[in-house]
Amino acid sequence: MSTIKIFIPRDSAAVSVGADDVALEIARRAVAENLSVEIIRNGTRGALWLEPLVEVQVGADRIGYGPVQVADVADLFKAKFLEGGAHQLCINKVDELPWLAEQDRITFKRVGIIDPLSIVDYESNGGLVGLRRALAISEKEIIAEVTESGLRGRGGAGFPAGIKWKTVSEASSETKYICCNADEGDSGTFADRILMEGDPFTLIEGMTIAGIAVGAKEGIIYIRSEYPAAIAQLEAAIAIAQEFKLLGPNILGSGRTFNVKIRIGAGSYVCGEETAMLESIEGKRGVVRSKPPLPAISGLFGKPTVINNVLTLSSVPAVLADGAASYKSRGVGRSLGTQIFQIAGNVKRGGIVETGFGITLEKLVMDYGGGTFSGKPVKAVQIGGPLGAYFAVKNFGISMDYESLIAAGGMLGHGGLVIFDENVDLAVQAKFAMEFCAIESCGKCTPCRLGSTRGAETIQLIIDGHNPESNKKLLLDLCEVMTDGSLCAMGGLTPMPVKSAMINFPEDFDSRVEVAK
Amino acid sequence: MSTATWSKDHALALLEPLRHEPGPVLIALQALQAEFGYVHVEAVALVATFFNVSRADVHGVLTFYHDLRTTPPLANAIHICVAEACQAVGSRDLEKALKNQYKDQVTDAYCFGNCALGPAVMVNGKLIGRATAAKIAAVIR
Ligand SMILES: Cc1cc2nc3c(=O)[nH]c(=O)nc-3n(C[C@H](O)[C@H](O)[C@H](O)COP(=O)(O)O)c2cc1C
Ligand code: SF4
Ligand code: FES
Repeated sequence: MSTIKIFIPRDSAAVSVGADDVALEIARRAVAENLSVEIIRNGTRGALWLEPLVEVQVGADRIGYGPVQVADVADLFKAKFLEGGAHQLCINKVDELPWLAEQDRITFKRVGIIDPLSIVDYESNGGLVGLRRALAISEKEIIAEVTESGLRGRGGAGFPAGIKWKTVSEASSETKYICCNADEGDSGTFADRILMEGDPFTLIEGMTIAGIAVGAKEGIIYIRSEYPAAIAQLEAAIAIAQEFKLLGPNILGSGRTFNVKIRIGAGSYVCGEETAMLESIEGKRGVVRSKPPLPAISGLFGKPTVINNVLTLSSVPAVLADGAASYKSRGVGRSLGTQIFQIAGNVKRGGIVETGFGITLEKLVMDYGGGTFSGKPVKAVQIGGPLGAYFAVKNFGISMDYESLIAAGGMLGHGGLVIFDENVDLAVQAKFAMEFCAIESCGKCTPCRLGSTRGAETIQLIIDGHNPESNKKLLLDLCEVMTDGSLCAMGGLTPMPVKSAMINFPEDFDSRVEVAK
Repeated sequence: MSTATWSKDHALALLEPLRHEPGPVLIALQALQAEFGYVHVEAVALVATFFNVSRADVHGVLTFYHDLRTTPPLANAIHICVAEACQAVGSRDLEKALKNQYKDQVTDAYCFGNCALGPAVMVNGKLIGRATAAKIAAVIR
């Protein structure tokens, strides 16, 4: 009998619910039963509620079983799962699972499919096409293609990537840098991590294209320490890329130079802010810099620097490979291409949903997400991380794109959605937003550093029923000061979750003496 | 994850490969913590002298970052995520239970990127999804 291929993710999320143990148990039994199997540790498909998702190659198809626990393994062997046998955990052909099949995977097209560290897999699934094209055209043409595609920054601010690149390309300097922001501090987001673990060459390819386009020879990935598996995966991928001449002094025989190294964060949310990140890479306290100068002019060590999020850079290979027209045929208005949404929190079917901008909030929460994990009604959804707005079920019609979310009093941020059931108390969440700001503030501006602590105290007074009406007014005043008087979005946007909670859930801020503990 | 006992000579040997790194202070402190489990008080002056920066600079970095600690590690490092997505699935209750049981071995954390399978807890470097007190008890030292 020929060797049977089995895919079991090594993704941190899958491992956190037992994927390593399942892989071990399957290997052990296969040996005991004298079956020849090859276990490939892929990335996750992003359907995290199915993890650990075990896939078996049967002919041309991959048949899935999930979520598998060690205790299920004996039963799976009995059901002949290695031949695609029926079992209650069987989800049939994984590619035909509607949850996945209905997505539009561009940036994430290889994630979960390939062996993340196999260059052969990478290339035979469309990898390196973008880089080869970039090497064949001029720098100006690369930047024009990225600009034309409409690709905007996926880290939060949504600034057009091509315009940033153009500024750096026009800056005259021997030394320039590409800094990849892999700090991914927002609660409810994990797409950067999943991509770095599941398809790290895509990020490396994107950074290399950026380097060629702007004339930078050095790339730095600033990745948070909370992601040890992603760090290890990137280190391995960089070494392999160097060996295969995808990085180094002569990229794919072109004579062009580009290298990538990693810097690891140290547990600071504000270091995701781009200038604080630069300070941190320079080995200093992560204090936000005033702008100007823009990092594109004077960034890392004072040199012109492209700073882009993992997803922005990882979308570039597809833009170059398939062309700007293809990319921008997706999405709506000025939000073009696909967004990698992350559905999290109290959700039945959480994970990665990549689809064109303009999908409704309801479709993401109810159709993909399937409602709450607890089975209780959805009460609130926070969109865009800890600085993003809390929306209610009455807001479910919102179109998920940059402009519509701003119009609704929110923001897309890094594309994370955190779902809460009816047990959530939005006054408590508003207080947490202020507390989080107090913990993570870099300390440079008073409204952020002190206002956040005062804000948390004031919300507690409202919760306890002390002069709630005047304290609500005070809180709104404070929010205004923070919005207007903060240097960066840490202090500037903390009022967003607070005010949206007050607007969309006023009942939670009503006098609560009777329920106060 | 056993750690070495603090010694200046051992520390200097760890700093040596970083001598030509641009902006070395943070990575130097990270390297020392990785080896010894914490940053010893004597490390501040050592790092400052080695890289020719002020002690205030080193101290400033040491106190800014939540990861860096100045006291030896405890038997277990239990980091519970108390960010929003994990709050939504009961991480606050789990936090209370864990702090009751494991006291100061428990530290709050803000997101491990496992927000669809929360509560997320990292115990001695191992990430646990859909965490419960029982799952944590099973991996504790
Ligand atoms: C407090 C704060 C935290 C941030 N955290 C991140 C982060 O973790 N990752 C990220 O890519 N951008 C983050 N940003 C946004 C960055 O400042 C910057 O806009 C982004 O990295 C630029 O890349 P992009 O244009 O590709 O989005 C943060 C901003 C603020 C104010
Ligand atoms: S708003 Fe807060 S985090 Fe941003 S620069 Fe000011 S003090 Fe620092
Ligand atoms: S919010 Fe807890 S892991 Fe992300």
